[in-house]
Amino acid sequence: MHRLTEFAVGLLFGCGLVLSGMTDPGKVIGFLDVTGLWDPSLALVMGGAIAVGVLGFGWARHRSTNWLGGDLRLPQTSQIDVRLLAGSAVFGVGWGLAGFCPGPAWVSMAAGNSQALIFVIAMLAGMGLFEVLEHFKSPTKVQA
Amino acid sequence: MTIDWNHFTPWAALGGGVLLGLASALFMLVNGRILGISGILGGLLGALSNSWFHKKTSAFSDAGWRLSFLAGLAAAPWLLVWLAPASWIPQPRIEASTTVIVMAGLLVGLGTRYGSGCTSGHGVCGLSRLSPRSLAATISFMAGGFLTVYVVRHLF
Repeated sequence: MHRLTEFAVGLLFGCGLVLSGMTDPGKVIGFLDVTGLWDPSLALVMGGAIAVGVLGFGWARHRSTNWLGGDLRLPQTSQIDVRLLAGSAVFGVGWGLAGFCPGPAWVSMAAGNSQALIFVIAMLAGMGLFEVLEHFKSPTKVQA
Repeated sequence: MTIDWNHFTPWAALGGGVLLGLASALFMLVNGRILGISGILGGLLGALSNSWFHKKTSAFSDAGWRLSFLAGLAAAPWLLVWLAPASWIPQPRIEASTTVIVMAGLLVGLGTRYGSGCTSGHGVCGLSRLSPRSLAATISFMAGGFLTVYVVRHLF
């Protein structure tokens, strides 16, 4: 049951990414190009997503378990530090360079796009590098 | 600022966005998890790293939900080819060279892990939760994106 619902939600999210235009790097870069010919579509993607999301997460806040009876793992961290801001800025630079963020790249790779496949391999290498760097920073700490 | 009316697709953007918000809300309500792609992918590599460095194989116990979700995500374009009219499915326009794509991938991988999230985890889930931390992250990656496109498109 759990595996099926996770698959279904992934499917729904992937359909949203394709239909909204997020899987087209040209559209993403068109949005990020505010000083050129600007395509505001992605602002509406975010607006539509957050309008629905606010209701769903507001509802989740008033519950103590999820619908399958398990834990609601709402993030507890609220700290805003250099690591968060610098990491996000680096992500933004990569996003602006190719027009891919993780979800759309994964979907395009699955659809058979070879450039997206190259992007995903490089992205996994970057994530792997993070794991190695974190390990050597605190070798005794086991991350979840 | 000049609006690119030829490429502006307000209805597809809103409709697709509603699906993204719905999926994010359902993942929390049904499965109790934040729908953040970089965290879901990164967690798999974290499990690999734990088993490699610490010979700790129990970390793999939470790989199942990540893999189910990622499989669903991967199935989406195939379902749409079958269900949706071809005109609803955008053809990717990729301008970047392979070298730039590799650099971009590395930066996105590193940045999203240090920043604890990407467009989905911070941008959709975090802003929907009204989290100041995610708002700060979203402003930061948006600024990085705007600045990079400005430099690449208009300074070179």
